[in-house]
Amino acid sequence: MSDETKTKGPLLDRSDSRVAHTTTFGGAVKAFFDRVRSGDLGSLPVVVGLLVIWTVFTSFNPIFLSSSNLVNMLFDSSTVGVISLGIVCVLMVGEIDLSVGSVSGFASAMLGVLWVNHGWPVWLAILAAVAVGAVFGAVYALLFNRLGMPSFVSTLSGLLAVLGMQLYALNHTGSINLPYGSWVVDFGQTMIMPKIVSYGLALLPGLIMLWAGYSSIKRRSAANLSAPSLTGLLFKAGLITVMIEAIVFYLNQSRGIPWMFGLFAGLVIAMNYAFTRTKWGRSMTAVGGNREAARRSGINVRMIYTSAFVLCSMFASFGGVLAAARLASSSEQAGTGDVNLNAIAAAVIGGTSLFGGRGSSYSALLGIIVIQSISNGLTLLDLSSALRYMITGGVLAVAVIVDSLARKSRVSHGRA
Amino acid sequence: MSVDSHPSPTGEIVLSLRGISKNFGAVSALTDIDLDVHAGEVVALVGDNGAGKSTLVKILSGVHQASSGSITFQGKPVTLPDPKSALSLGIATVFQDLALCENLDVVANIFLGKELNPMRLDEVSMEVRAWTLLSELSARIPNVREAVASLSGGQRQTVAIARSLLLDPKLILLDEPTAALGVAQTAEVLDLIERVRDRGLGVVMISHNMEDVRAVADRIVVLRLGRNNGIFYPDASNAELVSAITGASNNSVSRRAGRRSTQSQAGTSL
Repeated sequence: MSDETKTKGPLLDRSDSRVAHTTTFGGAVKAFFDRVRSGDLGSLPVVVGLLVIWTVFTSFNPIFLSSSNLVNMLFDSSTVGVISLGIVCVLMVGEIDLSVGSVSGFASAMLGVLWVNHGWPVWLAILAAVAVGAVFGAVYALLFNRLGMPSFVSTLSGLLAVLGMQLYALNHTGSINLPYGSWVVDFGQTMIMPKIVSYGLALLPGLIMLWAGYSSIKRRSAANLSAPSLTGLLFKAGLITVMIEAIVFYLNQSRGIPWMFGLFAGLVIAMNYAFTRTKWGRSMTAVGGNREAARRSGINVRMIYTSAFVLCSMFASFGGVLAAARLASSSEQAGTGDVNLNAIAAAVIGGTSLFGGRGSSYSALLGIIVIQSISNGLTLLDLSSALRYMITGGVLAVAVIVDSLARKSRVSHGRA
Repeated sequence: MSVDSHPSPTGEIVLSLRGISKNFGAVSALTDIDLDVHAGEVVALVGDNGAGKSTLVKILSGVHQASSGSITFQGKPVTLPDPKSALSLGIATVFQDLALCENLDVVANIFLGKELNPMRLDEVSMEVRAWTLLSELSARIPNVREAVASLSGGQRQTVAIARSLLLDPKLILLDEPTAALGVAQTAEVLDLIERVRDRGLGVVMISHNMEDVRAVADRIVVLRLGRNNGIFYPDASNAELVSAITGASNNSVSRRAGRRSTQSQAGTSL
């Protein structure tokens, strides 16, 4: 051991000689492989999957990886991605919401009816749509908490009921066109970050990582705990920054980064903070892992379920508003078709477990990029939507199989 | 452990129950239970299935409420309407099924529901406190950042006990702490119970295992059919305990023991 330990005594968390601690770079690599072998896959499957998908589609059609196509993909990802972020919340506590598509469709209908037909200010219409979404979530939570109705069934009936409400709201007009030139439609279709802003924002993740990591190192060593090395941190933060800047640079070759995607990414980061660094997030994970244990620890389990359902429906509504802005219309088709499944599939493909207690908000981001890549790639290949559905369904099945197998392996390797 | 005399416990009385009864409809699960627990004392609660041990622990942890009778805690009469009030008084319970979240790490489990700094979790302070608690118990947990799923049964029991100690309780209730454990792990948990007692806490432990009870208990309180059925000391013979638990000297356990001894005598005479 180093000289430092002689002066300060053994570190609080390194005094047990029975545990192997990885200190070297090689050790870290080995620990990574051990983790993967035991079924703790993290976001590895989705990264591998993405590489495969991109390679295949680019070989068929080089336009796929072109800067302008990717920018388009970012626009499309943002709407369903926001919905998927809500799905991560309910999956975290081991429940499901099958009605997010309908809820998003109803929100887009509300936007059209209230804003265009009734002349409400647009911000008020958006607020109303999201608030109504919260009410749907509260109803699911009530049915689940008080009547013990499985979320699978309550949200399935919600899927139909809310779809009915959407059709009713649009009954007189059919679809409503949102006015071009309004900032909402601009936001959904054309608003792009200025290049300088995009490069600046791309620096943020690395800087935040550096700052959080450095203060953690300082506090840990002050508390006589082992701390990760500063070089490792610098290396990681540098790598992240270079990667993001490279992506931004590539996208800036054509239109650039959509503000809508910036908003989505911001929501993902905010939710990641909420999941990992707050008591609420810890309680969500605990309820998803072992509901009874959480209850006995004094966690208000009903409140946690309610927050999950309400957040999910609010994200769904907000996603619906973004989708309406993207399409510049509120139609009877909004939120139908594959929106529901895409949102759920994105969360699962991204690595959030269907069994509860495991997940991350980044899975919504990674998953939706996979889903959108498939859909975009198949469209570029001029394949029919019939084939697109089949292939997307197959990918979802594979993702769930990976999730189940990884879970089995984790159980047998003693990992949660 | 010296058991030649029965020194009356020196610590102050932490908990004192008088005339506790509990009815579930027409069934009376507990009738007129009296129980005293001193600081720095391990009281074992033994009895057959249905004797009312778990009901009593549930009343003390606030899960059930007594139908009648009085509870005095640290000299003051108290009521325990819910688990939270029991916790805030300083009565901690380690349930039989542990109630740990396997998907969270040791620190998160110890602090579950009582996290420091809710809007920006103070991981460093929590980890330091977790290590301090665990080392006070001389616990052998290799890594507090490992998920509980990777721990052995004894280590999980340790985490559960450490968690119950987090709020500085005066009394700790253990429901079957060794039921699911192997030999070595049982010994570890018994050591742990002694260390908790040496910290001056009152300990009430339910167990079916007479060996464990005798190894660690200062007093053994027998319940039978929801009533007090005698207080014993660790030097009581197995036959005494068994007859107090089953309520008769002629019971299946003693009959079996008698049969075996005659068999072995027959075996040696051959």
